[in-house]
Amino acid sequence: MSTDSAALPTTTEPMEMAATCRAVGALLARDLTVLRAQPSNFLARTVVQPLMLLFVLGYVAPTIAPGQDSAARAVAATTLLAGMVAMVILFQGLFAVAMPLIQDFGFTREIEDRVLAPIPVALVALAKVIAGALQGLLAAVVVFPLAQFVPAARPDLQFNWPVLLTLAPLAALMCSALGLFLGTALDSRSVMAMFAILLTPLLYLGCTLYPWSGLAPIRWVQVLSLFNPLTYVSEGFRAALTPADHLSLAVVYPVLAGFSAVLLWQGIRHFQRRVLT
Amino acid sequence: MINSAPASPPAISSAWPAGFHPGGAPTEAAVRTVGLRKTYPDGTTAVHDLDLEIRQGEVFALLGPNGAGKSTTVGMLTTSVLPSAGQAQVAGVDVIRRPAIARRGIGVVPQRNTLDRSLSVRDNLIFHGRFFGLRTAEARIEADRRLEQVALTAAAGKAVDALSGGMAQRLMIARAVLHRPAVLFLDEPTTGLDPQSRLAVHEIVRDLQAAGQTIVLITHDMLEADQLADRVAIIDHGRLLALDTPAALKRSMDADTVVSVASDADPAALAALLTREIPGVGDHHLRSDSVLLTVRGSDHLFTSISSAATDAGLTLRDIRIEDPSLETVFIQLTGKDLRD
Repeated sequence: MSTDSAALPTTTEPMEMAATCRAVGALLARDLTVLRAQPSNFLARTVVQPLMLLFVLGYVAPTIAPGQDSAARAVAATTLLAGMVAMVILFQGLFAVAMPLIQDFGFTREIEDRVLAPIPVALVALAKVIAGALQGLLAAVVVFPLAQFVPAARPDLQFNWPVLLTLAPLAALMCSALGLFLGTALDSRSVMAMFAILLTPLLYLGCTLYPWSGLAPIRWVQVLSLFNPLTYVSEGFRAALTPADHLSLAVVYPVLAGFSAVLLWQGIRHFQRRVLT
Repeated sequence: MINSAPASPPAISSAWPAGFHPGGAPTEAAVRTVGLRKTYPDGTTAVHDLDLEIRQGEVFALLGPNGAGKSTTVGMLTTSVLPSAGQAQVAGVDVIRRPAIARRGIGVVPQRNTLDRSLSVRDNLIFHGRFFGLRTAEARIEADRRLEQVALTAAAGKAVDALSGGMAQRLMIARAVLHRPAVLFLDEPTTGLDPQSRLAVHEIVRDLQAAGQTIVLITHDMLEADQLADRVAIIDHGRLLALDTPAALKRSMDADTVVSVASDADPAALAALLTREIPGVGDHHLRSDSVLLTVRGSDHLFTSISSAATDAGLTLRDIRIEDPSLETVFIQLTGKDLRD
C-alpha cells in the first residue's frame, strides 16, 4: 500500500517546497503560540519538579546530613545541576509532545486538521518533535539559574561551549522524539500506568541525581543505566556545564544520535498508523 | 454568503459550467473512484468495489444508514483511510499515490468537532491557511473574510470552547473552505444541531453551491439530501444501491404506493396480517407504532386495509399514503429505515 512517502519526490518543485516549508513553519508556530498563550502551564510543568528536587536534595538533605562540609555540598550541587537540566528537557518531551498526542488520538482528534495539511504526514510528526525540542531548550534555560541558587552551595560551573551548543539540541531532540514515540504508542487508558512504570525509572536511574562513574560500587545498576537514554543526557550536560567526571563524549554523542534516530523512526511510523486507517 | 472562488492555480476550475472547459478539453470529474474497496484488518469489508463519478459544481449526497460505509468512503477520498483496492481521484489527483498533493484540493468538515481548542476562533482559521501554505498576512485576510461569511466575526477572539454547537459547525465549514478546495466533504454536518443551526448550515451549503463549489454531503437525513443534493447515491453495506437525482429516484417509485398503517395492535402482527390479506403487498417495514407497506397498485387500498383489519378484530388509528420520498425509496431498496 502506498503511503505518504510516495508524495515526497513531488514536493521538490520550488513553489511546492516553499509552501511545504511555510506549512511546517506554521505547525511550529502553532505549538509556540499555544505555549505563549499559557505561560503558566509551561512554567508549572518546567519549574515545579526540579525546584522541589533541588530544594530537597540540593539544600535540605546536604544541610541536615551530619558531617557534610561545604565542599561536599558543592559537589552535590554540581552533580544535580546537570541532572536537573536533563530532567526538564525530558519533561518537555513528555508534556509538550506525548501528552497532547495522547489526548488528540484518544478523544479530541484536534490534530486531524493538521494531518489534512497538504504535506506528508511524517512532517506533521516531525514538526511536533521540533516544537517539543525547542520547548525543552527553553525550559533548560529557565531552570538553569534555579539550579545555581537553590542548593546549599554554588555548583562548580565550567562551560564547554562547543559541547553545550551541540549536545543541548541533540538531547532535546532525543527527549522530544521519545515523547513522540510514547505519545503514539500509548493510549489514553494506559497512559498513567505506563508513565509510572516507564518514567520513574527513566528519571531516577538516568544519572540525574548522581554521576554514572559514582555507580561503580553497584556494578549491575551501572550497566543497567547504560540502557537508559537519560543517562547520556545527564552525563552530556555534566561534560558541557561542569568540571565533574562524565561518560566519554565519544560514547554520549553517537548513543544520543542513535536513540534519536530510532525513536523518531518508530514514532513517525506509529504516528502514520494512528492517523491512517 | 460564501463566495468560493476557484483556487489559484486551480487543479480544476469550478467557475465554469459542468461539461464546459475553456481549453476545449473534456471536463475532469471532481471525484472519480474505480473499484474502490476497503477491508479492515478484522476482515469486515466496509466498502465494496465502489465506482463513483462526481461532477464539478454539483452537490452530491451519500445517503445511507449508520455503518453503511459512508464515512469510510469519505475517509478514503480524503486520504485518512487507505483503500484496500481500487483507485480514487479528487480534482484529478490520485489520492492513494499522491495524498499530500491531493489534500490541497480537499476540504473536510468531519463528523466530530476537531477545532483546535488551544487556539482562538480566528487563529483556527489563520493557522489552517498557513498549514496550506498561505503567508501569514494572506491567511489573516482570508480568515477575516470567512469569519464574516459565516457570521462569526464577533466571536473571532473567543476560545473555541465558548462556541455553541452551531457556531462550531459554521467555523468548521469556514475552515474547510478557507484554502479554496476543489471538493468540500461534509460528513453529517447537521447531526446534533438544533433546527435553527441546521438551517444556517443549509444556507451556507446553498451559498457555496451557488458559487460553484463541488460538495460531497454525507448524511443519513433523507430530507437534507432531498433539499440540498443535485444527485444522491444510496449506499448500504458498502454497496451502491441507486444513484440519481432526488426527483428521478422518487419517480422510480411510481409503480408502487407506500402506505403507513397505524393500529393499537403489535406492528409485526399487523404487518403479517396485511401482507397475507392485501394483494400486491411487497416489502413491509416496522416502525415503533406503525407499519410501512410497499404495495403494487393502489386500487381500493383504504377499503381493503380497513376491512382486513376489522375482520381480524383490530382497531386502526391511521391509514396514510406516503408521498414518494427518499425515505420510501430507501426502504424499498434496503428493506429498512434510515433511522434504524
